[in-house]
Amino acid sequence: MTRRRVLPGLPLALGVTLVYVSIIVVLPLGALVFKAASLGFADYWAIVSSPRAVASYRVTALSALGATVFNLVFGLALAWVLVRYRFPGRRLIDALVDLPFALPTAVAGIALTTLFAHNGWFGSFLANFGIKVAYTPLGIMVAMAFTSLPFIVRTVQPVLEDLDPALEEAAQSLGGSDASIFRRVILPLLTPAILAGVSLSFARSLGEFGAIIFIAGNQPYETEITSLLAFIRLEEYDYQAAAAIASVLLITAFVMLAVTNLLQARALRYTVKN
Amino acid sequence: MSATAKIKRPPRVGDNPLFRTILIAVVLVVTALFIVAPLAVIGFHAFSQGWRFYAATIAHPDTLHAIMLTVVTALIAVPINTAFGIAAAWAITKFDFPGRRLLLVVIEIPFSISPIVAGVAYLFVYGLQGLFGEILADADVKILFALPGIVLASMFVTAPFVARELIPLMQAQGRDLEEAATSLGASGWRTFFSVTLPNIRWALLYGVVLCNARVMGEFGAVSVVSGNIRGQTNTLPLHIELLYHDYQTAGAFAAASILALLAVVTLVAKVALERRGAGRRPALAAPVAVLTENAK
Repeated sequence: MTRRRVLPGLPLALGVTLVYVSIIVVLPLGALVFKAASLGFADYWAIVSSPRAVASYRVTALSALGATVFNLVFGLALAWVLVRYRFPGRRLIDALVDLPFALPTAVAGIALTTLFAHNGWFGSFLANFGIKVAYTPLGIMVAMAFTSLPFIVRTVQPVLEDLDPALEEAAQSLGGSDASIFRRVILPLLTPAILAGVSLSFARSLGEFGAIIFIAGNQPYETEITSLLAFIRLEEYDYQAAAAIASVLLITAFVMLAVTNLLQARALRYTVKN
Repeated sequence: MSATAKIKRPPRVGDNPLFRTILIAVVLVVTALFIVAPLAVIGFHAFSQGWRFYAATIAHPDTLHAIMLTVVTALIAVPINTAFGIAAAWAITKFDFPGRRLLLVVIEIPFSISPIVAGVAYLFVYGLQGLFGEILADADVKILFALPGIVLASMFVTAPFVARELIPLMQAQGRDLEEAATSLGASGWRTFFSVTLPNIRWALLYGVVLCNARVMGEFGAVSVVSGNIRGQTNTLPLHIELLYHDYQTAGAFAAASILALLAVVTLVAKVALERRGAGRRPALAAPVAVLTENAK
């Protein structure tokens, strides 16, 4: 379709945008890819498949998985309670859900570590049961779950709000129990939003650094996450290894970005339809 | 009020009083343990050695310098980022050009990338072993381990913040008002300031508030490019780490309490702006998806 009237400002706005994006986003990422590519395949592979690197992928991915499962359950419960029930303090809780986004990760890191350390408020209690959180993979999971908590709540909440009560009423009139209506009517409608939230939460957990390094203990092979390994290689002036490991994180981020965009587009289509 | 206005609705799924009470209680307890407790522990430890110690920590030259550096970084990065966000939203929502979607994806990239990757990437541009390293060294220009590096890394991690608030809103508002204004003879700037800006001001402010919080709190990317020089390139989050690893726990928490306060202020501002309609969309929905939807 051709427009007769075109607004002014395209050259300036697009010019500013392209210059900014080129300098701030594309140039550095290009430099990183260039550096990693200059390694040659054999060297690159040797670095990214070294036992310590592979152990860090395992620690990062498993912890992110654990954190996401926790957030799935708690996030869903939180979204449900905020949308469906009215009780004193609801608005406060609704606002507090975003705290993990607003609180700087280093601050979250030292706060969680202090809580879960063996002499901390939670740590000393959990020690009675022989559970150690700080400086174990469990600690990484706690930090990841904290920093990515808002994602699932905030993707599910609007869909739950817009859910048509008639669907539930119809199911109730057909004699369905609450549990079966939730499982067979409500949950399927929430699924696209849940999946979008899960992928955002998982991606964020994979990339988290600040909150984790305080609580993780950072033992190679045990509690060392991939972004920390890249950081350590830098501090050892091993720039090639840092570039290679960072490129693995970059590729993972791109894959997650593609998945997230796909799932969000689907989730949004559902929202619009309903 | 007439009786018909209060027709009792049948109970909805999950309205069973026992289930309801238990679920609310569980959520309240977990929220208290998981969200409120970290906030409380910061306050508790910040003041564990008394007011005097707290004041002394904040007034320490290294802390003051870290606060200054953080504020200066935000004062540079946030306005530039805001201008970029407006320009990007104007270009993407008011015009049709090939590559619009691609541009949106590129703007969103920093959001999904680990801050450490961002820091490492900047090293390979401006570091000695990077693309411009030798040229910069010859010209004696310091970007890394100095303020420019900190600002650049902060701008990377927050690049999408303003744009992602404006794009869905401006897309939904369309182009009719602006086209009417220009057809009546208003200049582009006049159109923007008198027509567009009043419609997007709350969303704009919302993006700026979130962007500012992230710039002031950024840790990973800044810790790679700053070099952690005490009293020189230590931002507030880096200063907290330094104190914490020095076993000055109370000091670390005193410094952290400033950023925690900033977080609380950010949340309050966020709620206030949401009441004015900002941020009302599936949270963090990809603008790409929004564009796709509106195209139909």
